[in-house]
Amino acid sequence: MLIGSSQQPLIKWTNRGLYCEKGDFYIDPCRRVDRALITHAHSDHARVGMKSYLTADAGVGILKERIGFDSSISGIPFGKHQRIGDVIVSFHPAGHLLGSAQIRVEHRGEVWVVTGDYKITHDISCEAFEPVRCHNLITEATFALPVYSWPDSQLVFEQINQWWLNNQSEGRCSVLFAYALGKAQRLLCGVDPSIGPIGVHGAVEKMLPYYRKAGRAIPEGIFKANAESKEKLKGVGLIIAPGSVQNTPWLRKFAPYSLAFASGWMAIRGARRRRALDRGFVISDHVDWKGILNTVDNTGAECVGVIHGYADALVRWLREERGLRAYEVSPKYAKDRPGEEAEK
Amino acid sequence: MKGFSELYLTLDASNRKNEKLAALRNYFSVVPPEDGAWAVFFLIGNRLKRPIRMTDFRKWAGLACGQPAWLVDECYNHVGDLAETLALLLSERKRSIRAQDRPLHQVVQEDIIPLRELGLEEQRKRLESIWVHLDGSSCFIFNKLITGGFRVGVSQSLVATALAELANVEPAIMAHRLMGIWKPTPCAYKALFTGSHSEDQTAKPYPFCLSYPLDEIARSRLDTISKWQVEWKWDGIRAQLIKRGNEVILWSRGKEMLTDQFPEIVEEAASWSGSIVLDGELLAWDHDSPAPFSELQRRLGRKNVSVKMRNDVPVLFMSYDLLEFDGVDFRNKSTQERRSILQSWSSGISSRYFGISPLIEACSWEVVLRLREESRRRRVEGIMLKRKEAPYHSGRKKGDWWKWKVAPYTIDAIMIYAQLGHGRRAGLYTDYTFAVWNEDSLVPIAKAYSGLSDHDIRKVDRWIRQNTTDSHGPVRVLEPKQVFEIAFEGINESKRHKSGIAVRFPRILRWRKDKLPKDADSLKMVRSLLAVDS
Repeated sequence: MLIGSSQQPLIKWTNRGLYCEKGDFYIDPCRRVDRALITHAHSDHARVGMKSYLTADAGVGILKERIGFDSSISGIPFGKHQRIGDVIVSFHPAGHLLGSAQIRVEHRGEVWVVTGDYKITHDISCEAFEPVRCHNLITEATFALPVYSWPDSQLVFEQINQWWLNNQSEGRCSVLFAYALGKAQRLLCGVDPSIGPIGVHGAVEKMLPYYRKAGRAIPEGIFKANAESKEKLKGVGLIIAPGSVQNTPWLRKFAPYSLAFASGWMAIRGARRRRALDRGFVISDHVDWKGILNTVDNTGAECVGVIHGYADALVRWLREERGLRAYEVSPKYAKDRPGEEAEK
Repeated sequence: MKGFSELYLTLDASNRKNEKLAALRNYFSVVPPEDGAWAVFFLIGNRLKRPIRMTDFRKWAGLACGQPAWLVDECYNHVGDLAETLALLLSERKRSIRAQDRPLHQVVQEDIIPLRELGLEEQRKRLESIWVHLDGSSCFIFNKLITGGFRVGVSQSLVATALAELANVEPAIMAHRLMGIWKPTPCAYKALFTGSHSEDQTAKPYPFCLSYPLDEIARSRLDTISKWQVEWKWDGIRAQLIKRGNEVILWSRGKEMLTDQFPEIVEEAASWSGSIVLDGELLAWDHDSPAPFSELQRRLGRKNVSVKMRNDVPVLFMSYDLLEFDGVDFRNKSTQERRSILQSWSSGISSRYFGISPLIEACSWEVVLRLREESRRRRVEGIMLKRKEAPYHSGRKKGDWWKWKVAPYTIDAIMIYAQLGHGRRAGLYTDYTFAVWNEDSLVPIAKAYSGLSDHDIRKVDRWIRQNTTDSHGPVRVLEPKQVFEIAFEGINESKRHKSGIAVRFPRILRWRKDKLPKDADSLKMVRSLLAVDS
């Protein structure tokens, strides 16, 4: 049997999202369904309104925080096999953020893996990515162009520390934009807290208890940046906040400041320049080009479905340069993610 | 080159004028003159004559990094800057050879310029051996020097200010020293600081005095009209005519030498006695009024102007200011004084190639406003206001010179194609094509890149990604749903465009979310504007 190319693919694209008919469930559905398996809690993967949710145990708390405490959300330990309908399902760490998972689906020896968003670079704020052998891999492609090659994150943290110190010597506050869930906590675990006080936006702070409970090294003494705490931060502090606060009165409280953004998109000068930022730090929670290729190798997949981002380039490359069977999972343009807002 | 790379990165990373100024000062205070000369060359906007073909450059970079050509193209579309794309791709392949640091002038003079003389295969080998030795940012700068378009967010005046501080002179004096053709020699660089005469002093233009658009606030604050000199705003090429001794030179504001494109003007000026520097406008001239700008364009970019071209497109230098007379700099005299000297001098000149911009005599702003409405019929862009007491400033200074352009044409058109932008807009769909109705089909009428706010750009980008129906290479075909109000300055018949029409300087005024596609304008309506414009 040619696995993955049978008449009925085990997991296929529908207008509600990825669907597994044999188990009658959806993965990260974009419309209301009865049974949703969720890779991680970001809003473009976990949406409200599903009758039931299943996610990795490690991600249950965050998912509840996002979706609502009265939703029907259950968890499953990483690696544990569970039968749903005619298939066996298990969740495996994706390294994207705390509790993020890849979903493995097995049917009569045929194994499919949906990566969700993932990264393979070092990150102490979440579980490390674990390659899962499979026949058919469905991978994300947010940064699937060879211009994206992430620098060592330790070097980036050193750059951030240095920028913070420089700002202090100029009497400026350091404002670092980052996605409020995942990236912000990763940064908190990576910067040097001895440099000065660290304030965070409410959206970031809300998620900290889950990280602390999971034993992740969020430094002590982090507080909410607001009108009451602004005097502590002015001129010396580091503030981590989502990019949406740029040009708001909330941010102006902390002036004068230097603005920076921590994101994979910062690898491209144009992306940084148009945001009128002082600095851009190249640190991403997604895989880069090489990371995707390594993952494809490590899973041993013969067939690769590509979803999100630069799917067409990756598909063509896998076909022509690797001789693999590769395809775009969603119809062209249907689920195209918008540029830099997408990185979550 | 490391120092220059660092300077570039600092300038590029900062949004603060003072930081940029400090970076420039620091760089120029230590740089040897050989390198400083080239740094000035690039920073004030010059580029090298391309030593290799861009298609070859792209191909070889692809080979060097081991990526197929189509993927290099894909990356370039995404990054929006060829030099940066290639540097990012090449950094992947970097071998562990220690990066060498060679002085900027050596890189330019020994690596880049000689490339031109080599055969194709030699060029490729040479480039590969250079790339291997460059680290990420130096590789980017090196590629930038080759591809040109060295934009780094510093203006010529900022460079002038930094150098002026080091030389301890006024910025306007330094700005003047930087004018004309910049020869990247240590001698020229040293002369910036000593102010000593270089051999091409006679060709040196003055920095142009620039105007601000007159907005509603400025308009409401204008004082009595008697304090203002009022002129038409000509629709040609701003230029300085320099006649010192027997030599005549025409400089455009874009720092191009136009001497060869307007021989009749140069010949005319050569016959004048004495020396003079005039500020004015080069116009295509049709008996007693300006011809459309498109006529003037026929003259540009030519090495030689034929007799036929001279006859087909008669030209005129419409002078409106006098900057220097018999070796004396008049820029600090008042506008009124300069004007009266210009007038008395020009009374001795009679030539079909030379005019003097007439003053508009108006007793009130209401009269000026009414005359402004005649602009289109007169083939001018609007009105210029110059404060009679003001000196001739260097560069843009608010308050003394205002341009008061006539309102542009506007139409409602439908967005039909989109392409990724470049530079600051890399990775975003910002290059749009708009269409109007021709019976039941849509015909492209204009391409526009500017006018939307950053906020709208993001929204439009998202909309485009979700409403693409097809693509041709990098061009996305869109659902014809969104209507935009497009403004443009002029309109002409064109055989090169499918619509039969070319519009000048089209840009987006606003996103008309309140309008449906059927509400967009028709080609017929757009064609009716032709009548007004001619």
